[in-house]
Parts: sequence; structure tokens; C-alpha cells
Amino acid sequence: MATLFHPTAAFSTSHKLHIPSPISVRKGQIFVVRSDARMNNLISRGAHKSQTQRLLTNAVATKADNSSSSKTGHELLLFEALQEGLEEEMERDPRVCVMGEDVGHYGGSYKVTKGLAPKFGDLRVLDTPIAENAFTGMGIGAAMTGLRPVVEGMNMGFLLLAFNQISNNCGMLHYTSGGQFKIPIVIRGPGGVGRQLGAEHSQRLESYFQSIPGIQMVACSTPYNAKGLMKAAIRSENPVILFEHVLLYNLKERIPDEEYVLSLEEAEMVRPGEHVTILTYSRMRYHVMQAAKTLVNKGYDPEVIDIRSLKPFDLYTIGNSVKKTHRVLIVEECMRTGGIGASLTAAITENFNDYLDAPIICLSSQDVPTPYAGTLEEWTVVQPAQIVTAVEQLCQ
Amino acid sequence: MALSRLSHRAIGSNLFKPFAAAAAAVSSRPISSDASLTIETSVPFTAHNCDAPSRSVATSPSELLSFFRDMALMRRMEIAADSLYKAKLIRGFCHLYDGQEAVAVGMEAAITRRDCIITAYRDHCTFLGRGGTLLEVFAELMGRRDGCSKGKGGSMHFYRKEGGFYGGHGIVGAQVPLGCGLAFAQKYSKDETVTFALYGDGAANQGQLFEALNIAALWDLPAILVCENNHFVSVLVLTLGLENSKLEYSIIALKLSFGRIKCSLGLVNTDGMGTAEWRAAKSPAYYKRGDYVPGLKMLVDGMDVLAVKQACKFAKEHALKNGPLILEMDTYRYHGHSMSDPGSTYRTRDEISGVRQERDPIERVRKLLLSHDIASEKDLKDIEKEVRKEVDDAIAKAKESPMPDPSDLFTNVYVKGLGVEAFGADRKVVRATLP
Repeated sequence: MATLFHPTAAFSTSHKLHIPSPISVRKGQIFVVRSDARMNNLISRGAHKSQTQRLLTNAVATKADNSSSSKTGHELLLFEALQEGLEEEMERDPRVCVMGEDVGHYGGSYKVTKGLAPKFGDLRVLDTPIAENAFTGMGIGAAMTGLRPVVEGMNMGFLLLAFNQISNNCGMLHYTSGGQFKIPIVIRGPGGVGRQLGAEHSQRLESYFQSIPGIQMVACSTPYNAKGLMKAAIRSENPVILFEHVLLYNLKERIPDEEYVLSLEEAEMVRPGEHVTILTYSRMRYHVMQAAKTLVNKGYDPEVIDIRSLKPFDLYTIGNSVKKTHRVLIVEECMRTGGIGASLTAAITENFNDYLDAPIICLSSQDVPTPYAGTLEEWTVVQPAQIVTAVEQLCQ
Repeated sequence: MALSRLSHRAIGSNLFKPFAAAAAAVSSRPISSDASLTIETSVPFTAHNCDAPSRSVATSPSELLSFFRDMALMRRMEIAADSLYKAKLIRGFCHLYDGQEAVAVGMEAAITRRDCIITAYRDHCTFLGRGGTLLEVFAELMGRRDGCSKGKGGSMHFYRKEGGFYGGHGIVGAQVPLGCGLAFAQKYSKDETVTFALYGDGAANQGQLFEALNIAALWDLPAILVCENNHFVSVLVLTLGLENSKLEYSIIALKLSFGRIKCSLGLVNTDGMGTAEWRAAKSPAYYKRGDYVPGLKMLVDGMDVLAVKQACKFAKEHALKNGPLILEMDTYRYHGHSMSDPGSTYRTRDEISGVRQERDPIERVRKLLLSHDIASEKDLKDIEKEVRKEVDDAIAKAKESPMPDPSDLFTNVYVKGLGVEAFGADRKVVRATLP
């Protein structure tokens, strides 16, 4: 199996494919126009759901671009996209501030906050000491008064130290105060299995946080959705946890010049298909796309959906897909037990059981602490070959 | 002060109606009702790394009367909450503040509603001080819709946004980083206001407190950390300053080493609620804990409302100029830690009544009012009667308030719901669709 640490290569090759279909899929340069042109509204009004009475759980997930030409836009890496989104939001709203370790003068350990401290000053880009519990709590306290802090965990795993603040104060305060306080905070950071970083620095916290009522969780996977989700998260009135992945920061892509904001609750249709629905998010998207190439060569037509919204699930998009293909494969990086895949399996079974021709297959990481040795680490996460096997098994 | 003639007027007046309140009688008195008084605090302040404020506190007769009334109201409210709990109208946790009223009232007198207060779970009186009404308190305690958190928070989750009261938090110590965050927001918006983050001596051992203190000192935040040291949340304070009581405390400490102190209900709190202080804190001088952050301790004076007022005023000025400050208020609670703790397994009844006699905050103000002839015995008794009636009325009204609607289960989970459908336990019928 291929070593997966060349995501740029994988990404760019997959994007060279052009699959003819009524709905063209975003392949780096061709954008999708959604059937109801909802994206236009989103662009002009941001992610606020004000124009719709019912929220966007019924939206079809694609991104739209009004520009016809595909040469407009600019190319950048994922961390630059995040930085662009953050900078635009900080310019737009003076209440947005960033707190985290090494975010200010150092520029951020993954360069997401590079250049912000000289531009916005020390009061808006704050270097904190190594005290996750305290500075997450401080971010929440500041959010209670109306500021919109963006708290960065240098690695998502460190936010375990702030679990109390995130669970009790961030998620539940709006409820226990009877609606008096809003917590428009964004908690973000890189997580996931990296390149031999060891067990403690390779954690997938989305599975730990998913039960907390009152928060929203999103995972970005491309520069396009990274910028859009960052902006949407900052504009959201709810607390949002934005999961990035350590290995995806150097992905390159061309994104539009004009401002756009994505919806936090939508999933993204990466590749429409007919035979099987593959649900994935974050880094596993690239493993899936790599497997998709093999599958296409073998004659299968997988539909790949990047679920993006980990809490709540976009059951509308997922449901439509299940109703079309009748087979579901979930590919995730969380551990088998209690991961996002487990919840998603339950949700799909509860809601769409009648449409399934086969039991849902969920491919997750092994229930082990991530080992250091390279070969062992490869075996903990799902590899494209396993995805191919699973699809073949499903489609028998 | 030349107020003696005023008391004559009140007593002799035929128009004096019991429920018109002595307060009304006071305001109808001419000029000198707002004449300023200067009263000395009973004990000087002990300062660490800063200058202590002066012992002479400026106040006025009307202010003292308002102190009396407010504290009497709080006392009455807590005692009523006690009986409601025993009548099983209040369930779960109920942490009572009687004995500590001086802290809430004195702090209010020194600050404005734009300053923020955040505290832990012993929050009923602080909520009242910030502008909450009795109806909201009792309705919330009984889980009714008219409560301040719509019945969904309970005793430990009182909030009042317009009053600048940020709660109401159940996890010990978690409110201190939140409080520093409030102070950060105040500095960010250049409000010239401060935040008082209250915590108890039990919470003083939490790491997040020191983390937050470090950040507050680094960033010069206008945060004032107030340790309400009531000694018996966990602790028997073997404070070296209390010479006369040292012996008594050491006797009790001996008893503790044999006995086990638990909150009943089988919850053994390891955060110091049932453990002696000398088992929990290496350094019980909480106001010195920060060391690089100046601290002000009010030995004994946590029960003196004027001392609290003076200290808070000083603290506000200090925090706006120099950054964070720690205040330690030596106070006392008459009830146990919570309703499940009788409060008598780790202290003697004599001690409780002793404190009640010598240091009770309401009695102190009563003596001041009487000695300065601001009000007569009868006036004060009338105030107390009126307060009692107010509380009883509020309880009656709260009892009539309805329970929350079942659909309220799903409101306010998110700021705007996400179109999610919520099912009942049988997963068949849609109970609610969030907007």
C-alpha cells in the first residue's frame, strides 16, 4: 500500500480526473452551481441562517462559484486558507480575537496565525502560557460578554485538559442560563494521526466531544472548505469546534477570490456515484479518493461524501445518497469504539434502515494507542486497499 | 451624629405604619438621612505586597439601613430555602449562604452593575444582590418556568445577564478562568470596569486558579479574585492569627483525624468539602497564594459589611490601575456545606452559636444602627417582619408558577436550532423540531 504522506501528490492527481456527469464535481478548477443557487445567498450574507426559516440540514452539499472562468482565484495551501479566513473575519468584526500557545509572536505552530499579531496587536492575538484549562475558560468567559474568541489548541489532544470547560461551560451554559448567555467561541486545532508523532499527539478528539450537547463540530479537509468553515464558525452564535488535521496543512488548491462562507451543517459531495455511498471526513477523504481511482478502474461507481459536519450530521445529504445507492461504507480515522463512525452508523440505521440493501460497513482506526513505528502506525489507520476490499464486499 | 431627633420623630409618629417600612420613614426624614458617617472596621486589613486601605469607611444612614434590609432579606431567603428543601420542594443540591451575606452586600455597595461578578454554586444571595427577584430565585429552586434560568439550571446555575452576574457554576474552581475571561473582555472593550471572581477556600487548591492568575497578571487584567474563606467548606482554619480560638480549633482538628467527614448521600467530595484544611492546603494563607499578585486579607472582617465594601472599593481602583488582586474574606456559614451536610459533624454547636453572637453580619449592622440612632428596635423588627412577608409572598407565587413545558427540554440547546428533529424515548414519534 502506498505511504500516505504525500497528500499533495494524491490530491493533485485525483483532481486531474474529469468525470463527466450532470453535476460536475469540484475538481480544483470546476465549481458546482447548486440547483437552488443557495450559495449566492451564503456569499452575500455569510453563514447566518437568517434567510431560511428552517436551517440548512436540507441543503444539498456542494459549493458554488458564480465565476464562470476557472482561472480566477488564487492558489494557496490549507494553512494559508485558514489564515485568510481568520484574517478576513478579524478585519470584519473587531470582536474577534485569537488566543492560544505561540499564536502571536511565533506566528502559530502551524503558521495558521502568521502575520496576525503584527497586524492586529497584542490585545487581539494573544500568546497564552501553557494552561489550556485556564485559557479555554477565559475564552468562554470572554465569549459570554460578546467577544468572539478563537481558541487554538496547539494539538487537539491538549484540549483534553480543558474538557471541563468545553463540556460544562461552553456547551451547556446557553441551556442552563435559560438562554441568557451565548458562547460564540471557536475552538480549533490540528488533530488526527500524523507522521510518527506518538500516541499522545495523535488523538482524535471528535469522538470524545461528540456527546457534549450544545456544541457543533466540523472537520475541514481542503483549503476551500477550510476557509469557508473557519469563517462560518466565527460567525456562528453557537460554540463550534473546528477539527483540522496535522497532515493536511500543506494541501494546495485554487480558491475563489471573492468572499464565501460555507454552511456548518452541510456535507460535501466529493464524487457522485451510483453503487455505494462512502462517507468520510478529514484526511480519510484522500485515502478514499485514492481507493476510488482503483474502484473506478475495477468498474465500480462510488459516491463519495465528505460529511464535514460531525455534529450534527447532515442526514439530508446522506439520506439522499443512501436512498440512491442502498449501500453505505463509512471510512473514518476515529477509533472503532465510540467514534464518529459508530454514531453515524447508528444514525443511518435508525433513519434509513429500509433503504439499505446490506449492513453498513464502518472502517475505523484500530482501538490502540497510536504506535511510533512507521509500519505499525500505517496499520492503525485505514488504508486505501482496505477501502477497496470493503467496497467489493459490499457490492457483492 | 446629630440623628437622635430623627428616631424620636419615627417613634412618636402616628403615621408610622409597620409595612410602610422604616426605610420610608427614613426617607421622609429631612436632610441628615444622607449625612455621611465614618465608621471604623472592627479589625484592620492585612495586606500582602500592597498598601492596606484605611480602616475608616465612609457610609451613610440610608446605606446602613439598606445593608440591614438586604442582608435580612438574604438571610430570610436562605432559611426559607432550607425549609423548602426539607419539604422536598427543592431537590438535588442546595448550598446556602446564610452567615456570609456581608460579602455579597458589601461588594454590591462598592461597585456598579456594569462590573461583573462570577461565583460558584453558593449563589442565591449574590444573584439577589445583582438585581434578581425573590420570585426568580424560588421559582428556579423549585424548577418552575418563572425561574431565572427557566427552571433548567437549578440552585447552582443562577445567571443574570443584565445585572452583570455570570453565575452560578457547579464545578469547583471552573468559574475562575471564566472570570478572568470576563476581565479580559472588559479590558478589550476598554470599559473601565472590573470582574470579581469569587471562589471558596476549597477551590483555592485548583490548578486552573493559578493558571488563570498567572495569565491575569501577565496581561494586566482587571480581575479581582475573591476567596470566601468560610473555613468549613472543608476546613478548619488553623489560622495563626486567631490566638484565642487556636485551642478550640486544634481540639476539633483532633476529632477530625479520627472521624470521617462526609456529605451524606454517599458523595465523598475529595475537593476539600469534607476534609480538614490542613489536609488540603499546605499554605492556608490564601491571600498570599499568588505572591507576585498583591493580596489583601480581611481577617475576621468577611463578616463586616463595611470592611467588605472598603476592600472591594480599594480592589476596584487597584485592579483598574495595576492588574489583578486577591482578596481573602474570612467569613462563616451557619449551614452545612449543602443541604445534605448537617454541618455539625465537624464543628460544635457552641462554635456556631458563638460566631452567631459575636460576628453575625446582621447583628453588627443592627448594633450600628441602634447606637447611631438611625433606627429604633421597633423599626428594625418591622423591617424584618416585612422581609419575612416578602419572602413568604414570593414563595407562594413561585409555587403557583407552572413547571416548564415538555417542549422546553429542547429549547436553548443551540442559539438557533438546526432543524434537528427530536424524538421521544420510543424513537417513533417526533416530539419537537428545533427551529
